[in-house]
Amino acid sequence: MIRTGIIGLGKMGISHCAILGANPDVNLVAVCDSSSLVLEGFKKYSRFECFSDYRKMINESNLEALIVATPTKFHEEMVSFALQNNIHVFCEKPFSLDINGGRALAELARRRQLVNQVGYHNRFIGTFNEVSKILQSSILGEIYHFVGESYGPVVLKEKSGTWRSEKGQGGGCLYDYASHTIDLIGFLLAKPVAVAGTQMKSIFSRDVEDAVYSNLTLANGLSGHLSVNWSDETYRKMTTQITLLGKKGKVIADATELKIFLKEENEAFGLSKGWTVKNIVDLTPGVSFNLRGEEYTEQLDHFIQAILTKNLQTRSSFESALATDELIRQLIADTSNN
Amino acid sequence: MDRVIFGDNQFFGINHSSDEKSRAQLIRFKDNQAILDVLNITVDEGVRTFMCTTHDRIAEISQTIRTDAHFHDFKIYPCMPYAHKYANAVTELGIMGSIKQYLPGNIFGTLAKGGLAFVQKDFISMMELMIDAEMKMFKGISTPVIFLQNVVTDLLLGLGMSDFLVGFHHYVRQKYHAEAGFITMNLPLLLNVLESKGIENPTICASINKSGFRMSGGKAAYEKVIAEKRCRLIAMQVFAAGTIPAEEALEYVCDQPGIDSILFGASSRSNIRNSKMLIDRFSEKRKHSVTY
Repeated sequence: MIRTGIIGLGKMGISHCAILGANPDVNLVAVCDSSSLVLEGFKKYSRFECFSDYRKMINESNLEALIVATPTKFHEEMVSFALQNNIHVFCEKPFSLDINGGRALAELARRRQLVNQVGYHNRFIGTFNEVSKILQSSILGEIYHFVGESYGPVVLKEKSGTWRSEKGQGGGCLYDYASHTIDLIGFLLAKPVAVAGTQMKSIFSRDVEDAVYSNLTLANGLSGHLSVNWSDETYRKMTTQITLLGKKGKVIADATELKIFLKEENEAFGLSKGWTVKNIVDLTPGVSFNLRGEEYTEQLDHFIQAILTKNLQTRSSFESALATDELIRQLIADTSNN
Repeated sequence: MDRVIFGDNQFFGINHSSDEKSRAQLIRFKDNQAILDVLNITVDEGVRTFMCTTHDRIAEISQTIRTDAHFHDFKIYPCMPYAHKYANAVTELGIMGSIKQYLPGNIFGTLAKGGLAFVQKDFISMMELMIDAEMKMFKGISTPVIFLQNVVTDLLLGLGMSDFLVGFHHYVRQKYHAEAGFITMNLPLLLNVLESKGIENPTICASINKSGFRMSGGKAAYEKVIAEKRCRLIAMQVFAAGTIPAEEALEYVCDQPGIDSILFGASSRSNIRNSKMLIDRFSEKRKHSVTY
């Protein structure tokens, strides 16, 4: 069993905590948070050792693996300290606010042969993985355009909030929502390398953007649109969709459904001419514990399995997350040009 | 518990098969009257139990259920909390901010007995206040079973914080004279934990379907637990997000010997009638095959 700790008991940290708590390969021993209220609750009702100082937790707990689920601005120092102590790290997204710092962490993990992963859970959703297979087979023909979209109801009225509503803290729709969309585009198509015509709109927030619209160009020359808005209450929860237009067909995929249109039948994939709809029910593997969707369990299983099998190439590595961080920086720079 | 229980996902655009269908449902059920029209149909078709989330709109629907004679023997199984309301609030306001927003009245006023120190020490009391806040909308309506939503049940299960599950069980009994129910995606694990805490024959609602969808640990493990009849069991997601044909889906769940009730949602009279008829038919068939 892998001795594991968690820093940050917010929404994601608590969710990871429950999933790992039910994982038979994991011995979750320690948790750390700065909120005395949350820590009090964990002290009283859980079996985990509780810390308010992450260095103390790492120094005293003999951890093999660590989950970092704190506000983004703390990632660098925490991940760095963990890697220096030879601990495998799963870090929440977005990975880093400073590209050079992030790059140094990826390099340190590589040098020390430590498993590293960033919490981009879309890479573990059955529908998106099926899109990945379809793209590898080139049955859509040459792809000439893509649209990556995420919408949800996070900030729906004017008021101040948490670190997510402060500028430069890794909050805002760009870091919180658009990072997922950008990462998914990078995962399915190619690394995004350039941006143009970026618009960021503060709809209700005072200091951060609530929507991001831009045009992206990928390393392979393909271009498309990015459209993200977390102040859209017509969505019940965060919804991410990718649309790919190819010369021989089209794909529209979200977390629940995959719609494929082909000009001609494809026997190898069992796809007929015209529309085929595939449902997540048939594309998702069963998991041993389900909290809020298979993908959240899958990504942590993947991390733990990577440690057990000494696989350093995770499906969502520090390296791949850095590409998203770099693009976020470009989007910010491009906005001030417009 | 009735054999057939009507669900509410369709009314709020919760559709596990398609975001497009989900939007179409939200458009169709924009007005509360559209929801009440369907509930009237369920009563006509002989379905008298409605299992629903503590969604803001249910508060308005409850007004009619409370007063309309057509619903005189209608029962509601509330499922709390409406999780997305809280999850989005936590992203925006943080955990303390959300508590401040959702606890009834001003948090310090509500907890005047002990102020913040009280909050920090007694999380179970805080949970009880939240239960009361969520139950307000059902005042005067029969609520024989009160459920904890799966996102909370399974979170507490994973965290090993079973004190809250036990606390929920006791509080619902004592304050509302109702049975506590637990919705889960992890039936075998939950049942073991509840039993280990001395809760015998708990009421559980879990995903059970022929495809094994959302049956954590696998279909075989579930079938074994179901057959042991250690809990009062409601099967949900029986159609596996609409991917199993109705007849096949309902025959499978009706054939499982340890399932007490079947939960489904529908929007049209024909679907409600058809599902009810199929459940009655397969249940009758099973009863006879067992008797003789």
